[in-house]
Amino acid sequence: MKRLSLSQAFWFLLRRDLLLAMRNRAELANPLLFFVMVITLFPLAVGADPNLLSRIAAGIIWVAALLASMLSLDSIFRSDFEDGTLEQLLLSAHPLPVLVLAKVSAHWLVSGLPLLLIAPLLAMMLGLDSDAYGVLLLTILLGTPVLSLIGSIGVALTIGLPKGGIILSLLVLPLYVPVLIFAASAIEVVSSGLPATAQLSMMLAFLFLALSLSPVATAAALKMSMS
Amino acid sequence: MSVSEFFNMGGYAVFVWSSFGLTFVVLLLNWWLPFRQHKQYLAKLKRQEMIKSREEKQSHDASS
Amino acid sequence: MFKWFVTWFHRFGSPPHFYRLAGRWLPWLTTLFVVTVIAGLYGGLVLAPADYQQGESFRIIYVHVPAAWMSMFIYVVMAFCGIVILVWRMKMAEIVLSCSAPIGASFTFLALVTGSLWGKPMWGTYWVWDARLTSELILLFLYLGVIGLYGAIDDKRVAARAVAILSIVGVVNIPIIHFSVEWWNSLHQGPTVTKFDKPSIDIRMLIPLLLMALAFQIYYVIALFQAARAAILQRERNSRWVEELVKP
Repeated sequence: MKRLSLSQAFWFLLRRDLLLAMRNRAELANPLLFFVMVITLFPLAVGADPNLLSRIAAGIIWVAALLASMLSLDSIFRSDFEDGTLEQLLLSAHPLPVLVLAKVSAHWLVSGLPLLLIAPLLAMMLGLDSDAYGVLLLTILLGTPVLSLIGSIGVALTIGLPKGGIILSLLVLPLYVPVLIFAASAIEVVSSGLPATAQLSMMLAFLFLALSLSPVATAAALKMSMS
Repeated sequence: MSVSEFFNMGGYAVFVWSSFGLTFVVLLLNWWLPFRQHKQYLAKLKRQEMIKSREEKQSHDASS
Repeated sequence: MFKWFVTWFHRFGSPPHFYRLAGRWLPWLTTLFVVTVIAGLYGGLVLAPADYQQGESFRIIYVHVPAAWMSMFIYVVMAFCGIVILVWRMKMAEIVLSCSAPIGASFTFLALVTGSLWGKPMWGTYWVWDARLTSELILLFLYLGVIGLYGAIDDKRVAARAVAILSIVGVVNIPIIHFSVEWWNSLHQGPTVTKFDKPSIDIRMLIPLLLMALAFQIYYVIALFQAARAAILQRERNSRWVEELVKP
């Protein structure tokens, strides 16, 4: 049997996960629908005053993105855990953090990228300042991968638990705080006509930090959960 | 400074004494609950050990 | 010196030794705690002069600040235990980690409540989204996450490894969270008057504060030993030394 090189293994796993996600479209649409519905609820709850809505649009979009990303986290490892694929991955000769990174990337492409595509529409409905659209997309582009990466640690820790869902939110949401703060503030700053370079560079730093550290933690947590 | 002045805390008595009181209660609970748990568990183990040794003795008597 | 440390470490790392040592130390530690706490309270409540701005209400500092310090210190201890667990799989570190979490959570809770009780006379409301109070609140969530995860996993050895990973992840994140919250706060509120830190503090106010901090440290050790003894007994109930211990 031919042995896969590391990069081959990475791409193979990524493609496999994307293929599986495409076969199961309902699951693909759920987080997106959730995102849209949460945002719809806000004007109904706080009133339709355009001034108020445009002022809190950035915050609403980001809180909704946070919740939507958390809702979809479980699917990173759940089906693989149930059908035994995860054990095979753990036994593979390749370093586990790299394989984890492939799985998380696939998850982001499936759950984070759609948010990026639909966000302008929702921003328009909430009356977000038109100057801020670019920054909104940039924060989602930089921020949602961090959410997926941090979330994967939480999922790996709770995968073996029968009722992991509730505890997962308790573990993961506090760790999301920095992303939320900087993303919402970047959008707000730009709407008021100032540059958001500082916020965006911080988010980039978070992304690199999460990219380098969280796969290692996730791999350790997976090994623990499967032992 | 008189005693009543001390307890009055310059008009902030409610805040100061409730802070100190709450701290006292929480620290006491954190000390007492494991203390009680340890005592109960030790007593339970001792009881089990006693029953076990008595049963062993009885079976020993019966067999001899 | 190093050799002495290693033997000490190993002896402390064995549950029966820890159980006995802790039992022997507890009365002494309790005495020490009572002495320090009485000295600290007397110094703080009676000897220290009233603050020129805040009057007598500043005396809440003597429980608020030590509790806040302990809340952070205990999380660091937990993360350190987490490393020891992952590297050496030491049983005692598992027990220390799992027993520390509730103590740390209660210190965090105390820091929050006393902080808002202090805030009422100072700010006029019980809660403001002050940077320190907010990050303390998030720290409480992190503690509750550790406690929740440990409770959710039935096999306690696996649970200990899970919370080890979680507390290491947490300790990496705490400075980032703290920094973000501070930055967020300065952005939204303007420079708030930080009434908690003073450029200089009267020595008569400082000494009781340090005494109270010391007392809280000793208290942590006492509470930890107490909880660890119960946990050790429960875990090692089938081992020979426990059988010998409970032999009538």
